[in-house]
Amino acid sequence: MASKLTRSNGVGWAFALPGFVLITTFIILPFFFAFWFSLTNQRLISPNPTEFIGLSNYERLLGLDVITLEPERDDTGKIVRDEDGEIQYPRVRTITRNPDFPEYKGMREWFRWQSGDNAKVVIASDVVFMKALVNTLTFVVFIVPLQGGGALLLALLINQRLRGINGFRTIYFMPVVISIVVISLLWRFIYDGNDGLLNNILAALTFGLFEPVDWLGNPDTALGSIIVMSAWQGVGLHMVIWLSGLQTISPTLYEVAAIEGASKWQTFRYVTWPGLRNTAILVLIVITMQAFALFAQIDVMTNGGPLDSTQTLVFQAVERGYGKQDISGGSAISVILFFMVLAISLVQRYLTRERS
Amino acid sequence: MPNWAWSGYLQPLPIDESEFDDFLPGTKGYWDGKLYSIGLWDAAVALYARESTLDDLGLRRPTLEKPWTGEEFMAALDAAKASGDYEYAFDPGMAWTGEWYPYAFSPFLQSFGGDIVDRSTYKTAEGALNGEAAMEFGEWWQSLFQDGYAPGTSQDPADRDNGFIEGKYAFQWNGNWAAVAALEGVDEVVFLPAPDFGNGSKIGAASWQFGISAASEHPDGAAEFIEFATQDKYLAAFSDGIGLIPATASAAQMTENYKDGGPLAVFYDLSEAQAMVRPVSPGYVVAAKVFEKALADIANGADVADTLDAAVDEIDADIEKNGGYGH
Amino acid sequence: MAQVAVDNRGLRLFTRYLVLSLVALVFLFPLVFMVVSSLKPDNQLLADTGSLRAFMPVGDISLDNYFAAFDRAPIGRFMMNSVFVTVVTVVLSIAICSVAAFSFVFIDWNGRGTLLSIILATLIIPFETIAVPLLLVVSRMPWLGFEGIDWGWLNTYRVQIVPWIVDALTIFLFVQYFKDLPRELIEAARVEGASWFQVYRRVVMPLSGPVLATAAILKSLKMYNEQYLWPLIVVQDEAHRPIMVGLGYFFQLDVAWGELMAYLTLISVPVLAFYLFMQRAFIASIASTGVKG
Repeated sequence: MASKLTRSNGVGWAFALPGFVLITTFIILPFFFAFWFSLTNQRLISPNPTEFIGLSNYERLLGLDVITLEPERDDTGKIVRDEDGEIQYPRVRTITRNPDFPEYKGMREWFRWQSGDNAKVVIASDVVFMKALVNTLTFVVFIVPLQGGGALLLALLINQRLRGINGFRTIYFMPVVISIVVISLLWRFIYDGNDGLLNNILAALTFGLFEPVDWLGNPDTALGSIIVMSAWQGVGLHMVIWLSGLQTISPTLYEVAAIEGASKWQTFRYVTWPGLRNTAILVLIVITMQAFALFAQIDVMTNGGPLDSTQTLVFQAVERGYGKQDISGGSAISVILFFMVLAISLVQRYLTRERS
Repeated sequence: MPNWAWSGYLQPLPIDESEFDDFLPGTKGYWDGKLYSIGLWDAAVALYARESTLDDLGLRRPTLEKPWTGEEFMAALDAAKASGDYEYAFDPGMAWTGEWYPYAFSPFLQSFGGDIVDRSTYKTAEGALNGEAAMEFGEWWQSLFQDGYAPGTSQDPADRDNGFIEGKYAFQWNGNWAAVAALEGVDEVVFLPAPDFGNGSKIGAASWQFGISAASEHPDGAAEFIEFATQDKYLAAFSDGIGLIPATASAAQMTENYKDGGPLAVFYDLSEAQAMVRPVSPGYVVAAKVFEKALADIANGADVADTLDAAVDEIDADIEKNGGYGH
Repeated sequence: MAQVAVDNRGLRLFTRYLVLSLVALVFLFPLVFMVVSSLKPDNQLLADTGSLRAFMPVGDISLDNYFAAFDRAPIGRFMMNSVFVTVVTVVLSIAICSVAAFSFVFIDWNGRGTLLSIILATLIIPFETIAVPLLLVVSRMPWLGFEGIDWGWLNTYRVQIVPWIVDALTIFLFVQYFKDLPRELIEAARVEGASWFQVYRRVVMPLSGPVLATAAILKSLKMYNEQYLWPLIVVQDEAHRPIMVGLGYFFQLDVAWGELMAYLTLISVPVLAFYLFMQRAFIASIASTGVKG
């Protein structure tokens, strides 16, 4: 198969080498450093020697346990309830800060549920990390359909023969070329709780019925607000990718569908969608990768707050590694993130391979 | 600064400390008993208010000798809130994230009797940041936001800058660097000392300072420059130029704003009388961030005891990871 | 009947344009708000966010914010730094990545599959997660200058350029594109005795317009728009600071909102102008990446 004409070890290596050396020095090497640092107590600046500490950074991040709290009882043995009838439990700190239970030292409540009269409390040694993990996954789960689906709708909308359609396409794509830092700053005005543009628009649309919401200041809406903004910014890019996929579908297929009397939905379901399979895979992968790296929006808009509702893995990795000078802790988060992304891309690759 | 000194990036100043005897405490950077850095100026924080607010609400005017007690302060906020004239009674400045939190708010904690770390050993925050005094501080802090006295972490930064001048806030906790603008916007502005929550009125101190790099080949030249720049006339010129508090009393007399009877003289007195430097420890860099997050979380409604415990755990874990930071 | 049908068509056309226009508003309004606000003094800007006036250049309109912004930060310098770093990186990136991809696709050599897999695997490492270790690497890196060897790359242009030259995505783009070029052309050129470099230069590059445009555009956007965290931690001196980091000048304790808007507009105008001018190439090139996927 390899003809003499195209075979050349020397030239092949020589051509590939500059690129390979650069990528090794500036991406692969730092990545292995991160891996190594995560097993030590490395600091950004410190006179102390770096020591190998095994997996304890990971243990600190991932430590989880469940404890059972029994209700408080008064002298007669009756369960104490507050005025709303809620059962009163002893505070978790009576266990986690109790020298009798050294195994729970430094842990804190993450969430709890009721089981009979008792409360089961999940305690974690790094609640902030756990929240960052959940938020990152939430972000991925919501942004993929929102951005991918929204982009497909836009692509279908723009894929028609109309005068001036290119102008609309140009406008929809515009946010893509603007820096996410600039966009995030602008959206702070939009989401502002007092006099923000969004609140004013919603109030006008509902004739004043709408109660103003502090979008970024409320733990229930902050992450959602960032998801919507991120989808808004990136949707134009994926619209163009879908559009190119749409244009590869042969017009004769549509003609056949029309002759058969297919409805619009049937045409989409049986002609358009199958023709977009490869495009869908590309869009899915690109959005997922970008979503895991969520950082700039958080840094500019919320710093992970309020109440950790917008913490993400990358934000925490940077906050610890650089902000708190704890390179080892930040690196451990990076490594965990890497393995998550690796696992997901392997799964994606497996699923898409099986189908095609 | 201690973080750099500890890491070996700075060397002690090769200058006789007695030269700086008359400097405000906030301008001197000590680590391990040695003077590493010196500042040209200090900053101070005060409670901004209007004369008319005090009169209308019938409030006693607090003085340096007899500041408001915690109860008097809360009574003042209640009165301001009840008057309905203000969007919020008190603006602590939650929009200014970062160093403002530990600088401006940890003195409240100290006035309650707590601290960010246990300064007797610098080895732990246990007891200091989650003891009874700290819990009391935390509950008080949370009440400011939960009971609607103060705008929370999502305060619009523009309101932080202009809200007091525009009359949205009755009282504002702010630094002397904003005083010139306040004087221009509100003629009847008064700068009141911090309330006393039981352990005296406290405000934060410290400034940006000069130090000499450990790698410096010419420490003597650098020292000469520092000695030259810290003469009173330059301190005064610096203050006139940028509006900050000059480091010595004699320099203060030479400035427009801080001489006796000057419009900002009260800040010099505040700095001299109440200023507490923040914890002098290389671990402060991390502790400050932890403290900032804890205060933001409490303001947003997190459980006080759990949040302070978590802060203590994180600070302690960091101290341990760093082998005690050389204390 | 015929009359009704015509009306219907007119109505449908109208609805289509209405929908298209409403969607366009959704994408435009923050940008309009930015430009309009940059012309207003702070107090009016903040008061206007409560009404439609936020999008209208009305009231006290002037360019004062722009003059003030130029006074506050050396914008010209920052802009030049950003453009310089972007251009140099893009040129080097295209050269080195296309040569490497050429070798992976057209030349048959031992280990090329493994090497390519390793490179592509780095696609899934987000930059932010290696920023701090990379900082330690570049702070100890040697550089051969006119006066001998320097140690440490902090506060230079090279620290903003060299680590960014090669990335897996650019190599991937070239590899995908090259795979679809007819191999016979290359073999024919080889039969005629062309050297490998000549094949690359004379045969492959002239056919690679679309992928060159894609790679250059994506890389430029990345270098100009997204260089924020990295320069923040490796460049402390003003002389080498890029435009995004200059934002910090507008976030001192008192935020000057009008000036900030002026600065945001100044940052965005070059890219927007470039985009509007080249929009066909932009969209076509990105679309071409899609088809290959």
